[in-house]
Amino acid sequence: MTSKLTDGITAGRLPGEVIGANFADLHPAYDAHEALVAADRCYFCHDAPCMTACPTSIDIPLFIRQIATGTEEAAAKTILEQNILGGMCARVCPTETLCEEVCVREVAEGKPVEIGRLQRFATDSLMAAGVHPFERAETTGKSVAVVGAGPAGLSCAHRLAMLGHDVVIFEARAKSGGLNEFGIAAYKSTDDFAQAEVDWLLKIGGIEIRHGQRLGSEISLQGLGEDFDAVFLGMGLAGVNALGLDEKDGVSAAVDFIAELRQAEDLAALPVGRRVVVVGGGMTAVDAGVQAKLLGAEEVTIVYRRGKEAMAASEFEQDLAAQKGVRIIHNATPVGVEGNGSLSGVRFAYTETQDGKLVTLDEGFTLAADQLFQAIGQKIDGVPDDLSVEGGKITVSATGATSKAGVWAGGDCASGGDDLTVTAVAEGRDAAMDIHARLTGAAG
Amino acid sequence: MADLTSDFLGIKSPNPFWLASAPPTDKEYNVRRAFEAGWGGVVWKTLGMEGPPVVNVNGPRYGAIWGADRRLLGLNNIELITDRPLEVNLEEMARVKADYPDRALIASIMVPCEEAAWKAILPRVAETGADGIELNFGCPHGMSERGMGSAVGQVPEYIEMVTRWCKQYYDKPVIVKLTPNITDIRKPAAAARNGGADAVSLINTINSITAVDLDQMCPQPTIDGKGSHGGYCGPAVKPIALSMVSEIARAQATHGLPISGIGGVTTWRDAAEFMALGCGNVQVCTAAMTYGFKIVQEMISGLSQWMDEKGYTSTSDFVGMAVPNVTDWQYLNLNHITKARIDQDACIKCGRCYAACEDTSHQAITMSPERVFEVQDDECVACNLCVNVCPVEDCITMETLAPGMVDERTGKVVEEDYANWTTHPNNPMASAAE
Ligand SMILES: Cc1cc2nc3c(=O)[nH]c(=O)nc-3n(C[C@H](O)[C@H](O)[C@H](O)COP(=O)(O)OP(=O)(O)OC[C@H]3O[C@@H](n4cnc5c(N)ncnc54)[C@H](O)[C@@H]3O)c2cc1C
Ligand SMILES: Cc1cc2nc3c(=O)[nH]c(=O)nc-3n(C[C@H](O)[C@H](O)[C@H](O)COP(=O)(O)O)c2cc1C
Ligand code: SF4
Repeated sequence: MTSKLTDGITAGRLPGEVIGANFADLHPAYDAHEALVAADRCYFCHDAPCMTACPTSIDIPLFIRQIATGTEEAAAKTILEQNILGGMCARVCPTETLCEEVCVREVAEGKPVEIGRLQRFATDSLMAAGVHPFERAETTGKSVAVVGAGPAGLSCAHRLAMLGHDVVIFEARAKSGGLNEFGIAAYKSTDDFAQAEVDWLLKIGGIEIRHGQRLGSEISLQGLGEDFDAVFLGMGLAGVNALGLDEKDGVSAAVDFIAELRQAEDLAALPVGRRVVVVGGGMTAVDAGVQAKLLGAEEVTIVYRRGKEAMAASEFEQDLAAQKGVRIIHNATPVGVEGNGSLSGVRFAYTETQDGKLVTLDEGFTLAADQLFQAIGQKIDGVPDDLSVEGGKITVSATGATSKAGVWAGGDCASGGDDLTVTAVAEGRDAAMDIHARLTGAAG
Repeated sequence: MADLTSDFLGIKSPNPFWLASAPPTDKEYNVRRAFEAGWGGVVWKTLGMEGPPVVNVNGPRYGAIWGADRRLLGLNNIELITDRPLEVNLEEMARVKADYPDRALIASIMVPCEEAAWKAILPRVAETGADGIELNFGCPHGMSERGMGSAVGQVPEYIEMVTRWCKQYYDKPVIVKLTPNITDIRKPAAAARNGGADAVSLINTINSITAVDLDQMCPQPTIDGKGSHGGYCGPAVKPIALSMVSEIARAQATHGLPISGIGGVTTWRDAAEFMALGCGNVQVCTAAMTYGFKIVQEMISGLSQWMDEKGYTSTSDFVGMAVPNVTDWQYLNLNHITKARIDQDACIKCGRCYAACEDTSHQAITMSPERVFEVQDDECVACNLCVNVCPVEDCITMETLAPGMVDERTGKVVEEDYANWTTHPNNPMASAAE
């Protein structure tokens, strides 16, 4: 029988119930009483810092007060007016580096108002009631093509539909949601929430999603430009950076492992290595490492080439990894893989920063490993030729306009802003407002 | 979405939330910002006579009562009426009203109890285009020592007299603002109506000393070692205000007289409660002073959500709906019998219900060695104290015994019919039941 100690990549390292418990909600939902107590801690600050820190500028003090006065639906509306994916953001936002970091109670007492969980309480209440609180404006007769059904594309599409435009989303995959569906850690988005949220969002009407439509193969930017009044690109980063190591069985991209995990019918049937090594320092590395551990890997090590302070994963994420038993090694970089066909180990060299430059030292170490996940970043895949690009991303203005007239972009594929769900939502929404202004001549 | 438009005495405003006469409405700057934030109307800070304005103390004006987490529960003030010249206020009012024709703007006035004083100020207020006036017969400190404010509000004859002058010299709605510092609120309200008032508003602040500084041995707020009573307002006064409003709403002499509800309104729910007890609109002071003008957004969204849920399309649908259910004690149904019920799954075993009932009520809760608390129906008088002291919401509830069941405390079968004290055999004044 398979156990923790079985070598190689195999399923069933832990009993199904244990895996189920491991993947339970990371921040469980509040009950009504907990929500009231949590809401009571909000001071209703003037010109609140949390509101400024939120990329979508949700009126946080107002929605918390609306929870406090027993009107969760009004609270949800306050949230969703600014951020149509407020439900997902409540679950996945690194609040410790956004709203909650600047909460005056965090600054004063080291204990912020739990804004994320309160946001979830409000949005869950509304969705449970099956209410979609927005209505479409009278139709404008204009149509917009949106490429990608991730947070950026969905947010843009919803706002455009609300303003009365007809929207068609072209999505390469067979499912909508983007990384909400394929990337976010399973314990942040339980019970198929990503799909439920998309279904709820589409209730606005006026949005058609066509799956299996990839820009660059089934569709082209030129074609979309001819058929639609405007185009929004929200393709995310479909390409993966590779380490340039020899090919071996057991070496793969962390995002592929996570996508497979997110789509697995039965987590107990998902194979994972006994000794897993993850290379990278961001959210993806932490998520891959933690989830491998939760599936029953005996040893999981994240190796990052720079120091702790340089890690893109937040302090909270790093602590989460440590708490789940994942080891993080700093200042080391992979230089080779071992094994006959299948991976058996990864060789690392230590690194050091000298005069601001990262230098690889001669000394190193080898980690025994049967699975290696590369998590050193994603990159844009297939930018239409005629768009200008900077830092590997499509160049956009503050409102998402690209170098090409009639084409906007937002989310991970566009320049500026952090690669976060909430940022993608904000950029999609703002681009929609700009598109609307152009299409209706309301631009100043 | 529900229509929150309010029509009070023919004065239209986009919602029933007005700012009460107080610092939030003391100048053009404030009122413009309040209107931008969404307030439906304002009652301008009380104007005094022409001439040198009153002066305020230059030390602290406020004292407060807080919950453990500094939630402000009650506020006390010793501020007087506006300390800015009449002319300045009038000019500002005219400008603001002209720019915000859809909002209500009411002038609050307090001048000496002499016909000439009222006759002099009313035409000047009328010129501003204000939608009506409110007579401040309520301020309980400072001004009352000078024979104004609550000194007038405590003498129904004066109220009637001044109201009559106002109706004579001013042709728009006259609202009389009442002081709660009086034994029977129905008397000043009836006097206002007799004088021709279009409405009453209440409550103004309640005489109070919020705390005593035990080092200085002096009331707070302390001005150079001395303190004087102030006026109490904020969430703490709401129950008092609700009761006074309900008395006016149901008394024969004042029934149907429009009421503007004031006192502790902090949330949409507070407003809805005042309105259910007969108020056509509400006025807010402390909540705005505690949280800023933005607070009105919660009141607006909350009231409209609640109205939608209830199917009310206009505020007039529910104004006064609770009034018929306010009655005298003697008419309460003595055959309505309830018993406390403890939900053992929800119980956290703190024992507060036991302490309350055992020490101060009817010894109707038992406690086992395992800390299981159970209600003894043969002792429970249904006082509700355990419900009120229990820290867990809905853990203890009151169950109504259906007719035909036996009340184990009295051994009597619960009767279906309504019966009250007026016909009870123990009542020496009982009239025989028909
Ligand atoms: C493992 C992982 C964990 C993360 N965890 C968090 C987190 O906890 N919190 C957080 O805030 N952020 C997190 N992020 C980042 C966040 O998921 C992204 O910033 C966000 O999803 C970006 O949204 P987007 O719409 O720009 O792109 P995506 O979500 O990537 O969506 C792009 C969509 O476009 C489609 N597409 C791609 N190319 C084409 C094409 N050529 N034609 C048609 N369709 C195409 C894709 O299939 C996809 O549906 C995480 C990212 C990863 C990878
Ligand atoms: C500082 C302060 C000043 C006030 N000044 C006046 C006033 O000039 N005229 C008046 O009619 N009421 C005045 N009031 C009373 C308020 O208008 C209101 O009746 C009272 O505060 C109760 O409402 P609240 O609980 O919402 O504060 C004042 C209240 C405060 C706190
Ligand atoms: S609120 Fe504070 S700063 Fe402002 S006037 Fe009063 S005492 Fe002065």
